[in-house]
Amino acid sequence: MSLVQQSSPHAHGARPTSRVMLIVILATLPGLLAQTWFFGWGNLINVVWCVLLALGAEAAMLKLRHKPVAFFLRDNTAAVTGLLLGLSLPQFAPWWVSAVAVISAIVLAKQLYGGLGANPFNPAMVGYALVLVSFPVAMTTNWAGAVTLPDAPGFGETLSTIFGGPQAGIDGWTMATPLDEYKHKVASHTAIEVLQHPTFGAGVAKGWEWVNGAFLLGGLALVALRIITWHTPVSLLAALGLMSLAFGSNPDQYAPLSLHLLAGGTMLGAFFIATDPVSAATSHQGKLIYGAGIGVLIYTIRSWGNYPDAVAFSVLLMNFAVPFIDHYTPPRTYGHHKPRRGIPGKTG
Amino acid sequence: MTQLWNFPGGVHPPENKHQSTARPIRKGGIPERLVLPLQQHIGAPAEPLVQPGDKVLKGQKLADVTSGMGVPVHASTSGTIAGIELLPVPHPSGMSDWCIVLEPDGDDAWCELSPVADYRKLHRDDVLDLIREAGISGMGGAGFPTSIKLRPPSDRKVSTLIINGAECEPYITADDMAMRERADQIHGGIKVMSWILRPERCVIAIEDNKPEAIEAMRKASEGTQAEVVVVPTKYPSGGEKQLIQILTGMEVPSGGIPADIGVMCQNVGTAMAVYQAINRGEPLVSRITTVTGAGVDDPGNFETLIGTPARHLLDQAGFHPERINRLILGGPMMGYTLEDTSVPVIKTTNCLVAATENELPTPPPEQPCIRCGMCAEVCPMELLPQQLFWHAKAQDFDRAEHLNLFDCIECGACSYVCPSSIPLVQYYRYAKGEIRTQRAEQIKADRARERFEARQARLEREQEEKERRREERARAAAEAQKKKEAEAEKAVAEGEATDERSARAAMVQQALERKKAKPAAAAAATSATTTDKPDIESLEKQLNQAKGKLETMESMLDDARAAQADNVEKLERAVAKNLDRVKRAEDALAEARKQLETEAGQ
Repeated sequence: MSLVQQSSPHAHGARPTSRVMLIVILATLPGLLAQTWFFGWGNLINVVWCVLLALGAEAAMLKLRHKPVAFFLRDNTAAVTGLLLGLSLPQFAPWWVSAVAVISAIVLAKQLYGGLGANPFNPAMVGYALVLVSFPVAMTTNWAGAVTLPDAPGFGETLSTIFGGPQAGIDGWTMATPLDEYKHKVASHTAIEVLQHPTFGAGVAKGWEWVNGAFLLGGLALVALRIITWHTPVSLLAALGLMSLAFGSNPDQYAPLSLHLLAGGTMLGAFFIATDPVSAATSHQGKLIYGAGIGVLIYTIRSWGNYPDAVAFSVLLMNFAVPFIDHYTPPRTYGHHKPRRGIPGKTG
Repeated sequence: MTQLWNFPGGVHPPENKHQSTARPIRKGGIPERLVLPLQQHIGAPAEPLVQPGDKVLKGQKLADVTSGMGVPVHASTSGTIAGIELLPVPHPSGMSDWCIVLEPDGDDAWCELSPVADYRKLHRDDVLDLIREAGISGMGGAGFPTSIKLRPPSDRKVSTLIINGAECEPYITADDMAMRERADQIHGGIKVMSWILRPERCVIAIEDNKPEAIEAMRKASEGTQAEVVVVPTKYPSGGEKQLIQILTGMEVPSGGIPADIGVMCQNVGTAMAVYQAINRGEPLVSRITTVTGAGVDDPGNFETLIGTPARHLLDQAGFHPERINRLILGGPMMGYTLEDTSVPVIKTTNCLVAATENELPTPPPEQPCIRCGMCAEVCPMELLPQQLFWHAKAQDFDRAEHLNLFDCIECGACSYVCPSSIPLVQYYRYAKGEIRTQRAEQIKADRARERFEARQARLEREQEEKERRREERARAAAEAQKKKEAEAEKAVAEGEATDERSARAAMVQQALERKKAKPAAAAAATSATTTDKPDIESLEKQLNQAKGKLETMESMLDDARAAQADNVEKLERAVAKNLDRVKRAEDALAEARKQLETEAGQ
């Protein structure tokens, strides 16, 4: 009889990190399916390519850092980073753009800061922002226009576009994103004229509305399964909505609320990116402030900045603010009159 | 319907209670020997009143606490005291402590008991003394002496008495079975405690997963003040602070006690012990202990004599040592593992879980914290476990304390849900221990410093005093001299002025004085002649002074070393210097003696 000496508790009922990440991966599937149906094979190919690269980069870095490779790869966090990049990059983005994004995400933003749990910035968004700033043309001209899968360029054609440069005729399939189109046309046109562009279709933004709806669905599943709490996404969407109502009521001047919510990376950002726990605020109150900050920044950059979409920049900017937010938003502990804010010895 | 409040967080671990409720409470039997630790709860250890070889009867007092907080220990059965030894006791560290070893004679013969016919006729303090004399301490967990708890500070009125029958820990069913089978006894104890405290409200709280116990307690308390309240099953609803929150919506202030908000919690087992002590006169010599887990064939509850070795009890339940991989004392959420099956059941032992690897698997290796926040979601105290972990690991104890580390009740809910399998509670215990050690050391260092400074000040004061006295003496001498001179002058002047007779008288007076001064002058002359010779006396005085100073310096150095003050080096130098001085004085003295001898020889 050799007895285990262990500190309490002895019972455990946790979902291991690897399973949590797996559930996150599964929750993105509706969104990926919608993307593939409306925009062709590009996202799927990007996702596979980015995940493979992420796993490779993670393994190489773990090896360099003398960490157990298999133990950490199995936590599925690198795969999620790759997946999120694959979902957010343009459908026809050249392979090297994805590669730069993924490698900087894993190597710079994650492993060089100390690996899982130690990164102050959302790795996927570091990678995305880096390529967006570095390769603006590749990042704006490679978006697929919305068609349905049977009409879209074939798998082989898409694959060779991504890995071998633009194929003849692929130009016909690319199109400005709805947010981009609206932002640049509304300065000189009325809203009705702007919406004539095929990128908008009959609804809010052809294809995009379904993609955002599917990510919303996956996100709600995560909330229901208690993988994430409602605080960040709700405050993010609420802040974005309020900003739009307050400043963008004139559609001839600014993109309407529906476009803000259902085009671009809004839902993916709100439920899958801003909720990355490592780089987000800690307490419920902190998450509300953090999410609201991202919402305000998304609207600000989209409306008055140079970029048509802004999820990556907004998330990164709020990542900076997290330590500050955390100092001032601890919960009130049982038996205390009020929360103990600030830094020990400085404030009450 | 009584209003209930919810407490934040909490978890629902598998209950695993049905295994041990299938059979009624059994007798644990009399083992070959009983081991009775002298300290079974918070407070001072008891001092033995018996010697090895003494014959004792069941219920006889074996040890008592003479000063400080504590309760006596009684013989659990009749027999012979085999010894008073250091033996392993139930403690997370597996440490040994002083225990009285009792070899039962098998008769199980009670000593003379004096039950109280009607406690209402006694003074409340006398009843409390009876409870203390019966050796009762809280039977639910920490084991706080019940008689002290029942006597809250005089400025605190207990308006709500809560009888804790929640028993939220998985596996444990000792309270459940006691309530099912001995509801009358429990109720008897509640009556005594209510009579002592006179609360406005008395609540028996039971989790809704114990319908039989609820039924039994309802029946027993029919028509009385006590009200059975069913609380939802959620761990840790049986935690004192959480149960108070559920029943009253109030929170015990941080660092305070429930009596601060007019509440007191007592365990059902304690109530039963109080009943037995008052109504039957029986001291606390046995308790109900659950023996369960897949490592025993026949799990259940046992009425166990205090001091019964765990192994004896496990064997009663069909123990298979080869099956188990951990043996837990208490429940799987807050209990601790035992290294040794010889440790005895004590007053607070409510459960033994003989667990197989299958039912309580060894957790996977710890992964990095991803701050997912599941821990904060389940924390019943609304702490931020992920931040506490971060600061504890970084040894940033100030921050950890700032985030209310000491409000953690170590319920283990955070570790239970941690996806990274981090033993969070262990980190908090570590941080708390470190902070307590640091504080104790700080207090010690402060005291040493104060002592040193006081001594230093005293020495300085003495030195100043000496100096002052010397100056005073010098001044007095100078004044006396001046006065004398002035008088002499005056006398001369007067002599010239006065008549012959008086002048003659003055001359006589002066002559007399001169005559008186002569021997002194002669002595001075001799001393003047001897000044060029070595002055043994003054040298000895010098040596003694130097020695005295050296001693002072050495003792100062010792103090400084003990206090780890930063002037140790300086003091060391001073001691060396004084040592040198003493040596020189000794040399000089020896030299002088030699010189004297040679002179005497000439």
